[in-house]
Amino acid sequence: MELDIVSLSRLQFAMTALYHFLFVPLTLGLSIILAIMETVYVMTDRPIWKEMTKFWGTLFGINFVLGVATGITMEFQFGMNWSYYSHYVGDIFGAPLAIEGLMAFFLEATFVGLFFFGWDRMSKRGHLAATWAVAAGSNLSALWILIANGWMQNPVGSVFNPATMRMEVASFYEVLFNPVAQAKFVHTVSAGYVTASIFVLGVSSWYVLKGRHIALAKRSMAVAASFGLLSSLSVVVLGDESGYLTTEHQRMKLASIEGMWETEPAPASFTLLGFPNQEARETHHIIQIPWALGLIATRSLDTPIPGIRELVERAQARVRNGIIAYDALQQIRAARGAENVPASVREAFEANGNNLGYAFLLLRHTDDPRKATDAQIEAAAWDLVPPVAPLFWSFRVMVGLGFYFIALLATFFLLSAWQKLDRYRFLLWMAVFSIPLPWIAAEAGWIVAEVGRQPWIIEGMLPTAVAVSSLGITQVLLTLCGFIIIYSVLFVIEMTLMVRAIRKGPPPEADLVGPAPLPNVAPMRGILPAE
Amino acid sequence: MILHTLIDYETLRLIWWVLLGVLLIGFAATDGFDMGVGALLPFVARNDVERRVAINTVGPVWEGNQVWFILGGGAIFAAWPPLYAVSFSGFYLAMFVVLAALILRPVSFKYRSKRDSARWRNNWDWALFVGGFVPALIFGVAVGNVLQGVPFRLDEDLRSFYEGSFFGLLNPFALLCGLLSVSMLVMHGGGWLALKADGMVAERARRFGSLAALLTVVLYALAGLLLWSFIDGYRITSAIVTDGPSNPLAKQVAHDPGAWFANFAVWPWLWIAPGLGLLGAALAGLALRTRSEGLPIIASGLSIFGVISSVGVAMFPFILPSSIDPRSSLTVWDSSSSHMTLFIMLVVTVIFLPIVLAYTAWVYRVLWGKVTESDVRQEAGHLY
Repeated sequence: MELDIVSLSRLQFAMTALYHFLFVPLTLGLSIILAIMETVYVMTDRPIWKEMTKFWGTLFGINFVLGVATGITMEFQFGMNWSYYSHYVGDIFGAPLAIEGLMAFFLEATFVGLFFFGWDRMSKRGHLAATWAVAAGSNLSALWILIANGWMQNPVGSVFNPATMRMEVASFYEVLFNPVAQAKFVHTVSAGYVTASIFVLGVSSWYVLKGRHIALAKRSMAVAASFGLLSSLSVVVLGDESGYLTTEHQRMKLASIEGMWETEPAPASFTLLGFPNQEARETHHIIQIPWALGLIATRSLDTPIPGIRELVERAQARVRNGIIAYDALQQIRAARGAENVPASVREAFEANGNNLGYAFLLLRHTDDPRKATDAQIEAAAWDLVPPVAPLFWSFRVMVGLGFYFIALLATFFLLSAWQKLDRYRFLLWMAVFSIPLPWIAAEAGWIVAEVGRQPWIIEGMLPTAVAVSSLGITQVLLTLCGFIIIYSVLFVIEMTLMVRAIRKGPPPEADLVGPAPLPNVAPMRGILPAE
Repeated sequence: MILHTLIDYETLRLIWWVLLGVLLIGFAATDGFDMGVGALLPFVARNDVERRVAINTVGPVWEGNQVWFILGGGAIFAAWPPLYAVSFSGFYLAMFVVLAALILRPVSFKYRSKRDSARWRNNWDWALFVGGFVPALIFGVAVGNVLQGVPFRLDEDLRSFYEGSFFGLLNPFALLCGLLSVSMLVMHGGGWLALKADGMVAERARRFGSLAALLTVVLYALAGLLLWSFIDGYRITSAIVTDGPSNPLAKQVAHDPGAWFANFAVWPWLWIAPGLGLLGAALAGLALRTRSEGLPIIASGLSIFGVISSVGVAMFPFILPSSIDPRSSLTVWDSSSSHMTLFIMLVVTVIFLPIVLAYTAWVYRVLWGKVTESDVRQEAGHLY
């Protein structure tokens, strides 16, 4: 990667976003697990469930605070590093971010103080309400962030305004109910639930292996296994791809994920493994499963799936259309005032305006898109191919891990139901060593989604390369190094504190199993271990 | 959707200008006392128990308070996209320093008391100091620069170019504003500690807080005087279109000595704002000296309201004037979101801001009462 302002800004965004996303999935899932545990406590009155809530709450706190701290960066770096992007789409993109703060983050952050400090100050039900408010707040937060991100992937409900040189909202309803955003929300929060479940499962397994805090550990495993199994099924079944293939670039993303350069006759086969080569424009040593891709992607046997070459071919037409739109835009702006614009120019802009972004792709190859040569148009169309190998591999890592999580969580669900959680030590060790895997899957998923969006920052509308701020390379390098240093130090501190808190375990009183349940509450046998 | 035309564009822009002020004041009035406590920490608390008393007065609320900052960023992005785009990329390195300090702050609160080591705790206490002092200073410096005009220009595509440097931000007037901002928030933090802490911590907070209040009065008056005598304001010289498209380049702007006081001449009742800024700080100082419990924080809150709104009304309709290309200046009339976005965001705000204020008030009520040294010694309520 060359050290220009665009790649440095991208590197900085990727680094800060991936780092922020180390803490977010655990917050999303653990907040709900805490709320479930405390609900059981309030319903059954058994003190051990309160101790469980407090113990996992301590780990939640260590993680939560870094999510909050690194989220601060996310809120401001669009303006810092992506100034033209902020101007160009702030009218639409800013709204969900602001609503996230107002509707979700306030809820989460205000009540998290009560979660930690309010145990002795409130009634049981009052405190439970605070815990659920934290869980609701963090999950609503994810909804609004993914509405914003979904719009970058599928920019519905908006229109370009030549008078302000930016995109403006045309239908807020469409932005809210963007199918890509909805699919992403379900996929992402479910992935967060799986992350937290495997974290709880793994840490509890370690306690069981060491013969410590058995009562607390087994109950935690029961909650984690059942909640996690449901969530892992939802991650895969309601996978990210469900809302997909509605736009041309999503087809490009799919073809790149598959390393599929040529269009395959229907039904297309799924490439299990292979080695994509971007320069040679082919994928070597392919192992394929016949029919599978056609079935997954089109839910039919006779719809062909276009390959990269065909999509690039089609894109050339859009670049040419974009040039017409670009030319019309220049004339509209030169006319100074809508009343001076000839009708033919306005019509040309209205007919081709949705391809304007394709003309911006030419800015990498020529200063004036209107004078682009055929070779430059072809080069711009080839720019539309995202980096194939990273997508290809990240996707396979993510999906492979997804299926592994289902198997692991289903196993522990059955063990918990049969009350044999401590029977198989190798399974417990497997759970312990699985703790980092959901994070790998989540980061891989982020790479699939966001690297797959390249070269666009707003799909089909604005290329990443024209969206950056007018900054000097030194400035961006300086902040990039600054973030790397601060974040690395904090990461080491966080991990140390987390490991210490886990080693220390809950306080001794947490191991005492509480009084028998109230007579009017049926014991929850089967899923939960017997008292 | 035709609904958004219920309120005309001009009115919506005005409302969002007021809401921008509400957010900044909300941020300074809530997160401000956290930062003030952070900046006061080395002075009011001399041993670990005292430090924990001070820290735990803000322990349960700083997370919620900090959302005012995040929401401020989000709301500027949504309602004033050009302001978001120009200011944060322009003040790039200053912004990074603010972010770095604000990243340290949450971590310090949470991690400080997780280990017994004195060195560990001392380091985090310094991080809390930095997390309070540095952002307060830089926010003030930024306002000081905005009042003088910021060296940016927009090209025909509305891409912004910033032609200043980080050290250029640190000019005398801006530094004065930075110190004013620090003393204002320290006064506010002192007021908070007087209300929520006890013993020596509250005692010292009163002393340093009243000192900061005095400093606030002096620095604010001095800044006003300098603004009056030496700093040119800006004035729109072309016809003012209040409901046109948000394109700053459509107007003409000139430097104009005294322009920052023109609004006060047209609407003399606006003098209430600077009046509150001065009187509030004076009252806070007196109340801290007379050992009043609740009055100092209310008075310092009024002072914050007065100081911030006085800057807003002085510059109106300017939000971010450009010193090198005045017509690029961002004003209320040409740097907002579209009519529809402003309307939708207003609806969301009208529904959710009262809800937020209601549950925040409830949380503060649940947490009512002083944090004492014996609380901290007994670890009551899972303190930091």
